[in-house]
Amino acid sequence: MADRCAVIGVGQTHLRAKREDVSIPGLVREAALRALADAELTFADIDAVVIGKAPDMFEGVMMPELSLAAALGAVSKPMMRVHTAGSVGGSTALVAAHLIASGIHRRVLTVAYEKQSDSDAMWALSVPQPFAAPLLAGAGGYFAPHIRAYMRRSGAPDHIGRMVAVKDRRNALKNPYAHLHLEDIDMKMVEESIMLWDPLRYLEACPSSDGAAAMVLAAEDAVSGAYPPAWVHGMAMRSEPTMFAGRDQVNPQAGRDCAADVYRQAGITDPRADLDMAEVYVPFSWYEPMWLENLGFCPEGEGWKLTESGATALDGDIPWNASGGVLSSNPIGASGMLRFLEAAMQVRGQAGEHQVEGARRALGHAYGGGSQFFAMWVVGSDKP
Amino acid sequence: MSPAPRARRPVAVVSFAQAHNVRREDERNEVEMLMPVVAEVFANIGITKDDVGFICSGSTDYLVGGPFSFVTALDAVGVWPPRPESHVEMDGAWALYEAWVLLQEGEVDAALVYSFGRSSPGNLAEVMALQLDPYTLAPLWPDPVSLAALQARALIDAGKATEADFASVAARNRKAALSNPKAQVAHDRSVEELLGEEYVVAPLRRHALPPITDGAAAVVLAAGDTARRWCERPAWITGIDHRIETHAPGARDLTVSPSIALAAERAGVGDGPVDLAEVHAPFASQEGIVLEALGLAGAGGAGGNGGNGGNGGNGAGLSVNPSGGALAANPMMTAGLTRIGEAATRIWSGDANRAVAHATSGPCLQQNLVCVLDAAWEGA
Amino acid sequence: MTMLDTPIHLEYTFTPGIAQSRFLRGLAEGRFVGQRCPVCGKVYIPSRGSCPVDGVPTGEDVALPDTGIVTTYCVVNVPFAGQAIEIPYIAAQVLLDGANISFMGLIQEIPATDVRMGMRVQAVWVEPDELGPTLASVKYFKPTGGPDAPYESFEEYL
Repeated sequence: MADRCAVIGVGQTHLRAKREDVSIPGLVREAALRALADAELTFADIDAVVIGKAPDMFEGVMMPELSLAAALGAVSKPMMRVHTAGSVGGSTALVAAHLIASGIHRRVLTVAYEKQSDSDAMWALSVPQPFAAPLLAGAGGYFAPHIRAYMRRSGAPDHIGRMVAVKDRRNALKNPYAHLHLEDIDMKMVEESIMLWDPLRYLEACPSSDGAAAMVLAAEDAVSGAYPPAWVHGMAMRSEPTMFAGRDQVNPQAGRDCAADVYRQAGITDPRADLDMAEVYVPFSWYEPMWLENLGFCPEGEGWKLTESGATALDGDIPWNASGGVLSSNPIGASGMLRFLEAAMQVRGQAGEHQVEGARRALGHAYGGGSQFFAMWVVGSDKP
Repeated sequence: MSPAPRARRPVAVVSFAQAHNVRREDERNEVEMLMPVVAEVFANIGITKDDVGFICSGSTDYLVGGPFSFVTALDAVGVWPPRPESHVEMDGAWALYEAWVLLQEGEVDAALVYSFGRSSPGNLAEVMALQLDPYTLAPLWPDPVSLAALQARALIDAGKATEADFASVAARNRKAALSNPKAQVAHDRSVEELLGEEYVVAPLRRHALPPITDGAAAVVLAAGDTARRWCERPAWITGIDHRIETHAPGARDLTVSPSIALAAERAGVGDGPVDLAEVHAPFASQEGIVLEALGLAGAGGAGGNGGNGGNGGNGAGLSVNPSGGALAANPMMTAGLTRIGEAATRIWSGDANRAVAHATSGPCLQQNLVCVLDAAWEGA
Repeated sequence: MTMLDTPIHLEYTFTPGIAQSRFLRGLAEGRFVGQRCPVCGKVYIPSRGSCPVDGVPTGEDVALPDTGIVTTYCVVNVPFAGQAIEIPYIAAQVLLDGANISFMGLIQEIPATDVRMGMRVQAVWVEPDELGPTLASVKYFKPTGGPDAPYESFEEYL
């Protein structure tokens, strides 16, 4: 049987387009030291380190964990490096949590980062392959056709995407770590931003950020720190192939199965009612209504109605991305961990200005690849 | 540090398959290389992908030269309906560790672990330089052979080994590889003959270097009764642990491996007699360091003096690398997982009762994993 | 802050694999060659060698026409390194007749505002002496003018 696992420390760096003031070791250490301070621990108290990031080509360093071992206090400890595409920040936290749940370690430090400005991430995502068509479209070009398919399928009106873009950026104004702080953001500003991948406008897409996130996870007998712990109530991963005949890319089965698994573990039957908030990986505005349906917050085809009703706003009944989400900060490898971390901050009551009042149970979600890799956890203030 | 954790649940290696190790796989892509290996690892024990509850793989993008190489590789398995699945940018031995951890919790009874590494698409010496510290080392483009040569020089200067020892290790491994049908390099040559070779980077001659390999491997792990059902004599993992050292070769005593010694202690290598060791020492000069840190140097005549392994131990002595080890084939990200598979194979066959498998990663044995496999699970 | 530039140049030999090589040789002859999964019977183009659902080799070649439909699309209007086409352009998911999977293709000979989901298209090939084992042998897809496919007929490919 699995042991209880708690989040006892969280730390993140300020997220910026370029963090030229720190090296990669400096960046990951900044997040790690904050997480340790939050847990009132030092590196000496940590049994193992689990680190994650997206493709190594983003920085031009192969298996960078090897040269980061000392900076993260991992010398003479177990160190693992996870890579599951965009979901990696979430998967990394889950690999770390399993080290606790299995009873193998008592305190694990988990870190995820990206320092995209060190290289050219857009290039790294679109390395031209021989024999391929000279038709490069970037990440947005991959996802925009699926957004169009969602709009057709659900009959959602155009303004829904813009609403999400505004909501998440307004939330980001309350989060001092967020990359984008767009004081004047409104529907008109989004509508007037350049159309990048029709139907997706510039302000409906995530920025490209440098940054790191870290958490200290602990077994029940090793809980420390000033804030109460966030207990892990459920955790799950699911993968499906990139493409296959009949694949539903708008509402992928892997996402639905992953959510069902994590809800089953946490005893959640109605996620909208049973959860107090969710931090969900929404890199393009339209993925909020799409994932609302995929994650069972509403019946299929009605995600956009939930968004339109204001239910997912900070003062709504089920706030999504109170932190500003991926639309406001996207250090790719760390983005998933930030969702997991922000969910933990909420149930620990340490989210400051973007705190959802009385949040006791929250979902952290990450996805990656061609909407094919999913990682989720549910954390709560009550011991499961 | 917490006390060494005991495995709470018996988990065993019950199947293993590997591709023919070759210098250059120039017809098939990664998916086509992996597919028959995955099919074989299931067919060996008469199961299908539906019988495993978790999948974990190990590989690295820089070998292939494109991001997300593990994503398409998943098509070799067919992950539909969707599966719990994960990937480490590490040798498959660490993917096996991740799967073992999950199996400890009791929700899942079996897991597929696989890894692949094709070194032929790029220039391996240049690619591996990118694994080094990006600020102080990588800009100098040190190649892995030169780094291993520094380590070998340190051994000689410390009086811990001679060039003849390296040749002896190479001769024994390559000779053992003659009975390994998947080996890439196998031959029977005398130490004197090997010592007549030119230096590649002094003090390392050609024979002390691993081959450059394209390969893939897969393992099935199963717990308790599932393992017994699928395998007559499961190779129980009684201990497994891994440790990392600081990165900079200049900051370490390269003649010893404290990370292996610690992992071996935590995995319980010394808790009983060991009759077989499969160690991942890509360079012949590294085998002595690994065996010494495992506490197996000198046992059964192997180790620094170059014992005559490869006969398959029956408990009487220690057999080291009967497969020929990484000197017979060194598929990156895979050779470590292969050591575990090779050791398990000899438990299933009855040639060994208690085996130690080792995997390494990083420059000069920076990171190491130690796995103890036993034909018996005490108290099970 | 001192910045350090480390130029990295690595060369790789790309191996498309056995299945994809058959697809590419077909392109050199101006035709589309898909492959059928022996288990589920679905036709993949291009196949990377396996059926991603069943994890078995897609052995049997299937000749496919160069006509099909646009299942969905976007208009690319963002410049980035390595781009070979002038923006804006239409990146569409094209489902060839007889195939069970769509692939990304360029749509031309129609204003971006007139492209539709379900629109029938046909490949426009490069000149015969320019054909090669590459998707660049297809210059783009153009509308055939035929009636659009009903949404229900391609809904499962979205």
